[in-house]
Amino acid sequence: MKKLLFKLKSVLIGSLFVPGLLAAQEIDSGDTAWMITATVLVLFMTIPGLSLFYAGMVRSKNALSVMMQCFAVCCMMTVVWLIYGYSLAFGGDAAFVGNLDHLFFSGITVDAVSGTIPTSVFAIFQMTFAIITPALIVGAFAERMKFSSMLAFLVLWVTVVYAPVCHWVWGGGWLGELGVLDFAGGTVVHINAGVAGLVACIVIGKRKGYPSSPMKPNNLILTMVGAAMLWVGWFGFNAGSELAADGVAGMAMAVTQIATAGAALTWMFAEWFAHGKPSALGLVSGAVAGLVAITPASGFVGPMGALAIGIASGLGCYLSVVKLKRMFNYDDSLDVFGVHGVGGIIGAILTGVFADASLGGVGIDGSIGGQVYVQIIGVGATIIYCAIVTFILLKLVDAIFGLRVSEEDEQQGLDLVLHDEQAYNLNA
Amino acid sequence: MNKGESVETGRKNMKLVTAIIKPFKLEDVRVALSEVGVDGMTVTEVKGFGRQKGHTELYRGAEYTVDFVPKTKIEVAVSDSITQQVIESIITAAKTGSIGDGKVFVSELSDVTRIRTGESGEQAL
Repeated sequence: MKKLLFKLKSVLIGSLFVPGLLAAQEIDSGDTAWMITATVLVLFMTIPGLSLFYAGMVRSKNALSVMMQCFAVCCMMTVVWLIYGYSLAFGGDAAFVGNLDHLFFSGITVDAVSGTIPTSVFAIFQMTFAIITPALIVGAFAERMKFSSMLAFLVLWVTVVYAPVCHWVWGGGWLGELGVLDFAGGTVVHINAGVAGLVACIVIGKRKGYPSSPMKPNNLILTMVGAAMLWVGWFGFNAGSELAADGVAGMAMAVTQIATAGAALTWMFAEWFAHGKPSALGLVSGAVAGLVAITPASGFVGPMGALAIGIASGLGCYLSVVKLKRMFNYDDSLDVFGVHGVGGIIGAILTGVFADASLGGVGIDGSIGGQVYVQIIGVGATIIYCAIVTFILLKLVDAIFGLRVSEEDEQQGLDLVLHDEQAYNLNA
Repeated sequence: MNKGESVETGRKNMKLVTAIIKPFKLEDVRVALSEVGVDGMTVTEVKGFGRQKGHTELYRGAEYTVDFVPKTKIEVAVSDSITQQVIESIITAAKTGSIGDGKVFVSELSDVTRIRTGESGEQAL
């Protein structure tokens, strides 16, 4: 029964992403009210959530720069999404990339319906995902990249990486057809951002003085407040990805809460055990790791599966941030890969396990092994495509604009050098 | 005539008492000094180390050693007559008995001038 329901559900979800097809459907006011709310919540994740989360972790001389980058990315991606981003991601159902039918939001009128909600709401909901994904990448190259190059790189990145991958999974593309389960963006958002961040921090290079000189977070209060906002906003991200106010959305909300708490506790206890003390930064980093990992699984797994995914991602992300980064000596400033990349991979793969009805999930077609195999194809395709294209884009932007500020400017701090402002003028 | 007196003015010498204390003891020391008649002081937040060493901080696995300990420096200019009382009240108020309580330095102060009135010597204290 569950399986049947799930099949019906996937048919429905599949068709929801092809706006024109269901135009005859009626708008449901409950679904619409929830989706407008969910859209606002996802926007709230980037500004102010992610912006504060990041701003607190950098040195005070760069606090404003990362916050401004997130804010500017939000504005930039809104315009890109309007002009062609939405169309590339959700126009038509070709295997690789969308068409240009919806350039300039063409067809998104007051009367346009997508499933049971207005198409305008669907398009803006998806826009908030196209905003947070590039904004996440900002954390990897924080404290050293030129503002101009950052904008150029991320506009290109959303165009040739985000939009196609989004289309593959949610827009009727080949990964969705293959049966990859990604409810709210484990591959599209988190693995994509994590891998792009890893490639970017390696291509751009380490911050001057890393890892020998201290680079302490300037204000962990901001970071904790930002993390708390991310957590709250994430209910829009996961429960909103159902595109309706129903039982699946309710369960997505429940599992999101459970996995997040599980991962936060796991990171806290792991650090407590390894170092002797629990830390605030560890606790909130664990929470974000849990949010990331439950994202692809949120519409498919049950409460106990969520706890297992939370614990696995808490431990996996802790190890990757504390051990892996040091072992390979790359400077992913704010651990975009360690938390979003690794958390996304753990979540995407475990979705294939815990979605099974025997483990409390909604049920899968075929065996767990088969579904995990499909999940791995989704993960692998995203990693390979994202890594290669990100690398090319960075080299291109480097050749035209140069990626980094000068050593002297980096020393002085981006706030003053790039923006003629400072985050803190406490004596002013 | 002892060494502390100036020939022309008969003015007694004054002392500059500089105390390095634990920051949370500042309020106690201020109250104690008011009680012995000190009605002005300069306070600075400083860093340093003596027998008390710094600490380590850990952020997502990155460990930083902080060598300097934050302290508060209090400077008071006092007349010789109350110098001993001042030192004792600082010690009583700032003492916790553990390493890192700080030190009191006393040095000769040859003159003081109040900028507003031009008064100098003990008149300006």
